[in-house]
Amino acid sequence: MKDTHTKPMIVIDQVVKKFGSFTALHGISAEIREGEFFSLLGPSGCGKTTLLRVIAGFEPPTKGKVAIGGKDMSGIPANSRPTNMVFQSYAIFPHLNVEENVGYGLKTRKMSKADIARDVAEVLKLVDMESYGKRKAHELSGGQRQRVALARALVMRPEVILLDEPLSALDKKLRDQMQVELRSLQRSIGITFILVTHDQEEALIMSDRIAVMFDGRIEQLDTPEGLYRRPVNRRVASFIGVMNFLPAKVLGVTDQHVKLDIAALGQIDVPRHDIDPAFDIEAVDTIGVRPEMFTLLADADDTAQMKVQGEVVDSEYYGDMTYYSVRLAGHDTPVTISMRNTAGRSVVPPGSQVTVGWGADSIVVFKE
Amino acid sequence: MALRFDREAGQGLRLISLTLAYVLVMLAAPLLMVITFSFWTQDYLTIDTTLTLNNYREAWGTPIYQVLMWRSLKISLIVTVVTVLLAFPIAYYLSFHVTRRKALWLFLITVPFWTSYLLRVFLWKVILGYNGVLNSALLGLGFIDAPLTFILYNLNAVVITLAHAWAPFAILPIFVALEKIDRSLLEAATDLGDSPLRRFFRITLPLAMPGIVAATLIVLIPTVGDFITPRLVGGTDGLMISNMIQIQFGKANNAPLGAALAVSSMVVIGLISVGIFLVGKKLGGRVR
Amino acid sequence: MKWLSSKWLAVYAVVYMIFLYAPVILLPLFAFNTSTIIAFPLSGFTTEWFVGLWYTDTLHIALGNSMFVGVTTALLSTLLGAFAARASARFAFPGKTGIVGLIMLPLVLPEIIIAVALLVMLNQLGMPLSLWTVVGGHVLICTPFAIAILSSSYRGLDRELEEASFDLGESRWGTFRRVTLPLVLPGVISSLLITFTISLDEFIIAFFLTGTDVTLPVYIWSQLRFPAKLPSVMALGTILLLVSVVLLIIAEALRRRSAARQGVDTTLAGL
Ligand SMILES: Nc1ncnc2c1ncn2[C@@H]1O[C@H](COP(=O)(O)OP(=O)(O)OP(=O)(O)O)[C@@H](O)[C@H]1O
Ligand SMILES: [Mg+2]
Repeated sequence: MKDTHTKPMIVIDQVVKKFGSFTALHGISAEIREGEFFSLLGPSGCGKTTLLRVIAGFEPPTKGKVAIGGKDMSGIPANSRPTNMVFQSYAIFPHLNVEENVGYGLKTRKMSKADIARDVAEVLKLVDMESYGKRKAHELSGGQRQRVALARALVMRPEVILLDEPLSALDKKLRDQMQVELRSLQRSIGITFILVTHDQEEALIMSDRIAVMFDGRIEQLDTPEGLYRRPVNRRVASFIGVMNFLPAKVLGVTDQHVKLDIAALGQIDVPRHDIDPAFDIEAVDTIGVRPEMFTLLADADDTAQMKVQGEVVDSEYYGDMTYYSVRLAGHDTPVTISMRNTAGRSVVPPGSQVTVGWGADSIVVFKE
Repeated sequence: MALRFDREAGQGLRLISLTLAYVLVMLAAPLLMVITFSFWTQDYLTIDTTLTLNNYREAWGTPIYQVLMWRSLKISLIVTVVTVLLAFPIAYYLSFHVTRRKALWLFLITVPFWTSYLLRVFLWKVILGYNGVLNSALLGLGFIDAPLTFILYNLNAVVITLAHAWAPFAILPIFVALEKIDRSLLEAATDLGDSPLRRFFRITLPLAMPGIVAATLIVLIPTVGDFITPRLVGGTDGLMISNMIQIQFGKANNAPLGAALAVSSMVVIGLISVGIFLVGKKLGGRVR
Repeated sequence: MKWLSSKWLAVYAVVYMIFLYAPVILLPLFAFNTSTIIAFPLSGFTTEWFVGLWYTDTLHIALGNSMFVGVTTALLSTLLGAFAARASARFAFPGKTGIVGLIMLPLVLPEIIIAVALLVMLNQLGMPLSLWTVVGGHVLICTPFAIAILSSSYRGLDRELEEASFDLGESRWGTFRRVTLPLVLPGVISSLLITFTISLDEFIIAFFLTGTDVTLPVYIWSQLRFPAKLPSVMALGTILLLVSVVLLIIAEALRRRSAARQGVDTTLAGL
């Protein structure tokens, strides 16, 4: 945490990776800070694993370079880099037991038996596996394998730990639990983690910062909140959470506001403080509103800044939340609206006429 | 659950019963008979069925049989080691470096094996002989002045010929074992600091061990029983115990002694195989 | 790690292949050579040895015998193998490991032991040696191969496929005809071809168990003693090799088709 967060631990500089004629990475640049929990997020096949493997040293970049801890890693093989990897399949050596797996890298370092035993015991305790030392890989559950794989990397005390979808093989409940554990473990030991995932929720929960990748490029690199509140384009916006898009036209720009004519919502002054100064405001043609930024107003409730009439088309009940599909007056495509299910508020049945409220500062602007 | 298991067991047993019956009649019974036979005595044309250990005394006590037995074991072990050592790099190359047309390579490796076995052995005689292909080639190229004589009618010839004959049987199991190794295990070893050489000995080799053991046993056991190769290319120092077994059942007409020799060699080779299996298991750990 | 580098291994692989193919290449060379002495240099091209085979009656009889033994062995061992493979791939039953192990035992038993054991038993029972006794021995050593080939066919045959067929209203026989058979047929044919090829080339068991009717390898063995007959033997060997290779290519293609149809990895299936 603290100020160590600002020192760059890994500098990725214009990395291009080609497999034959296929380009998997198109000039990726990023800085990952010391002690940071950093995630690479993107759809399947976008190049996350490839980038991770370039950092680990398993794939030489076609162009560009990677520096770790201020040292250029070009030509340095995977076994000499200060990184350790938690493989997607966990890659637990089947012929060795848990202790031998975890002590594997220490043995390579020619440490004494006693030192190895001590370090292994310590790290197994850390991941809550101290009573499983003599088990073989096939005698472990998925979650236990995951812990062993993590312990095996941790015990090396690397500067960076690389995790390739480490939780994707676990069931939902265990995954949720491991997300919390992994995050708090990373906080307590302070090692830089780079996590690859295609699960946006996982990335949002765990990371300090996230790089969203599409087709071998980083589209946006930001904190979870930044990504959610200020997605740079429609692709990122719809990949992270749900976003309602409405066509818009720019009517005028002042220092404070931009005046937009938005389908179904009418003319609105959107404050400029949330908009990137470099953004070409004149070119805005779409706006986005998150489902929770709309509210279904009760008849008496009149505090909302603006409102519009609509009709509930459909609803999905999630227990704590209900997602409504609402067709707003003057716009054909229904928007999604989420409402917390508090006591005393019943689910609005489809076909009901409703009043929808929203605020101008909850609007994100996009251009084509 | 129990009911279902019983029904399944019944169906399974019924299905396999015919094959099992065949093997019991044609293999188990004859083997038991050979064992019984080895305790009987040949009396010119009749068989004396009093039980006796005389055949075994003769088989284990007579110098010529001792020599043949030792030599058979020695030759078989050398052949096995040579064959497996020569085969390993090929299996490794196929598994780790050949990316396309693996199946074609495998096919090409098995083709020579389908040449008539007798002819293959005979052709090695042609290659290795005094006026053979190898000698004429070396003479022609000026590498040697006189034909090499140490390559035919001795142990070397037997080793070369058998290493050739059993090549596919050694390559395939090793290849399969290597192919089964999850490549991310190798990356994990590198990631944890191993050089390629260390990684080879710590991960690849132990995980390939089941294949290596299988290859070793598949080559070793039948080799002990081969009597054609020693007869054709082995000369007198290449003769093995099977030649003697064949003689006892044939010209010498002393089947009980032949049976005792056969049983003895099977017991010895069985013990050695168990030993190899255990060592391999220890070296390779339990791999699943 | 230099010695495990791709380049050195490739060189080694080439040398090894030369070693493997050295005798195979000599076979046709001497089969078409005019001299009766099997040595270099070659003296001239001729097809007389092949023509000679056409007029050798003893060879034709041996060939006929081998065909009989081979075909019978292939049919019987594939049948026995199919039962065993199906049982072991599909059902759990007590003593399975032991039973399957016993059936597969001939794979590692020296042939001379099998031959001698059968010989002893036949003598004891007073049964005369004939081509049938050779078949008896060959079925024993071919069945494990049939099982290995057919198991990989059955392994891909998911139990649920047959259950789905029942579920869709098909009868037991209809399911066998429309689902099971099409999926395992290539494996069956491949097994027939391979067991036939093994039997055709088998010498040791045939040598011990044949009576007055000799099979091809036994015939070849008898010819190897006469230097003058060697070129004809080479010609015969060449033809046998070609036949074996063609049969194997067909068997392999079929096996792969069946594997591919079931979505099994084709390089490893059946090994
Ligand atoms: N060794 C390789 N050879 C050829 N193409 C490759 C290789 N490795 C990856 N690719 C290609 O590069 C692209 C990116 O692959 P990568 O594995 O990095 O995706 P990913 O983002 O990790 O996807 P996933 O979420 O499915 O794991 C893919 O289109 C893939 O097909
Ligand atoms: Mg990936």
